[in-house]
Amino acid sequence: MEDVAIIGVGLHPFGRFPGKLAIDMGADAIRSALHDAGLNWEDMQIAYGGSSEVRNTDAVMNRVGLTGLPFHNVSNGCATAATALSLTASAIRNGQADIGISVGMDKHAAGAFTGNPESIGLPKWYGESGYFLTTLYFAMKINRYMFEHDISPRTLAKVAAKNFRNGSINPNAFRRKPLTEDQILESPMLNYPLTQYMYCAPDEGAAAVIMCKASKAREYTDNPIYLKCSVVKTRKLGAFEVLSPSMPVERVLGPTQEASKAAYEIAGIEPKDVDIAQIQDTEAGAEVIHMAENSLCEDGEQNMLLETGATEITGSLPINTDGGLIANGEPIGASGLRQVYELVNQLRGTAGDRQVPNNPKVGYAQLYGAPGVAGVSILSR
Amino acid sequence: MTQVPFAEGLFTLGDEPQLIGTRCPECGVTTFPAQDSCPGCPSEKMEEVLLPRQGKLWTFTTQEFRPKDPYKGPEPKEGDWQAYGVGYIDLGDVVKVEGRLTESDWHKLKIGMDVELVLIPFGTDDEGNEVVNYAFAPVGAES
Repeated sequence: MEDVAIIGVGLHPFGRFPGKLAIDMGADAIRSALHDAGLNWEDMQIAYGGSSEVRNTDAVMNRVGLTGLPFHNVSNGCATAATALSLTASAIRNGQADIGISVGMDKHAAGAFTGNPESIGLPKWYGESGYFLTTLYFAMKINRYMFEHDISPRTLAKVAAKNFRNGSINPNAFRRKPLTEDQILESPMLNYPLTQYMYCAPDEGAAAVIMCKASKAREYTDNPIYLKCSVVKTRKLGAFEVLSPSMPVERVLGPTQEASKAAYEIAGIEPKDVDIAQIQDTEAGAEVIHMAENSLCEDGEQNMLLETGATEITGSLPINTDGGLIANGEPIGASGLRQVYELVNQLRGTAGDRQVPNNPKVGYAQLYGAPGVAGVSILSR
Repeated sequence: MTQVPFAEGLFTLGDEPQLIGTRCPECGVTTFPAQDSCPGCPSEKMEEVLLPRQGKLWTFTTQEFRPKDPYKGPEPKEGDWQAYGVGYIDLGDVVKVEGRLTESDWHKLKIGMDVELVLIPFGTDDEGNEVVNYAFAPVGAES
């Protein structure tokens, strides 16, 4: 089967853009990726567009060109972007197209995600009784994890402080003001043990990634980045998942762990080979848990790793170097492609102020979210 | 005043209320709320069961801000917001169930503590009846 190379990445800044449609942000991200690849929209042979709020992302073609190409709309919870990426890569591997593009865009209202529980098959009373909030789940998952593995609230504050610090040197980030650990710990409690500044915020933005058959990559770029794999997994019965009125007593591995295991195997890469990672930090606790769920550390090692700065840009395993979701917010359809945008720049050595100094060769990206779906992608140069 | 359950088929009324779940006769999986088919196997023959009233708090959090719609809790929409606790309770090794907690002070909640099912006031219906919802209270707590 054909390998797949990433030859262009583009991003519309994440944040709040009153009056600007998600579709227009998507068009900007596409233009920026085309410019990066030195290609035109007419060169695209297949497209996958991801969004949570936009029903037909293909409307972006009214802005960039109605070329008749097969454009597919994707919506898959918080793994929407990983799904678009994975499907585009599959189409190229299978020979459906030589060049394809994934684009993600969203524009969410402020405040915690909620909605109608019946839209995901849950009864109405679940929302009316006050359970239909993903923030509750994240808080309960990290509270249990802290109990089992002795993680301190200070470690959560260190994660958030690091991501705000990284965001402060990222011109595309949403929240760019560095905050101290004490400011984070002392901000209002939203869901114990998580305070306001430990959470990311839903916001707006777009990102795009252009891929081609690896054998053709050198025709377009001198520094192709290879997409070794992109895996999507859903929850199994017994996993502790978001928005679950009940679950079995016996706990099994969650979708992130399953996707991660499969991704390492497909890519032929071991966790120790990962030089840089962008992982889902819906809140600080999620980054702590996902470090272990992606085998980037052992359970319980996080206190020490954060204490010694191992996950800083200058550390031995830089994590969320662009500020992650905490600094960038989460426009769902674009979030995973933002991770890829950052990894590609880091692997090319073009990440500017945020460039990690360890000459990275392998990058790792992970998404997780409602209703219990995860995506893992591994990139290398 | 008559007690009216917040939703039908969720729990029994009275002094010793119980949650109503279902159990799969094929693979033994227990669910709450009741459902017609099994999440663990292809079976479509779920049997109704009453779940144990007591269990241990497996994890918890608190809800410190009023949720957006469709939340219909009894708390005021503006001002005087009272946080509520939420946890997963391991009910006698049968199933882990998500439920509100009568205790909302996280200093007083501990993973592993014994809790039991109670009914809490949840507003009134159009006819003035008291609506009740299920929650878990620390065992031995003043009600």
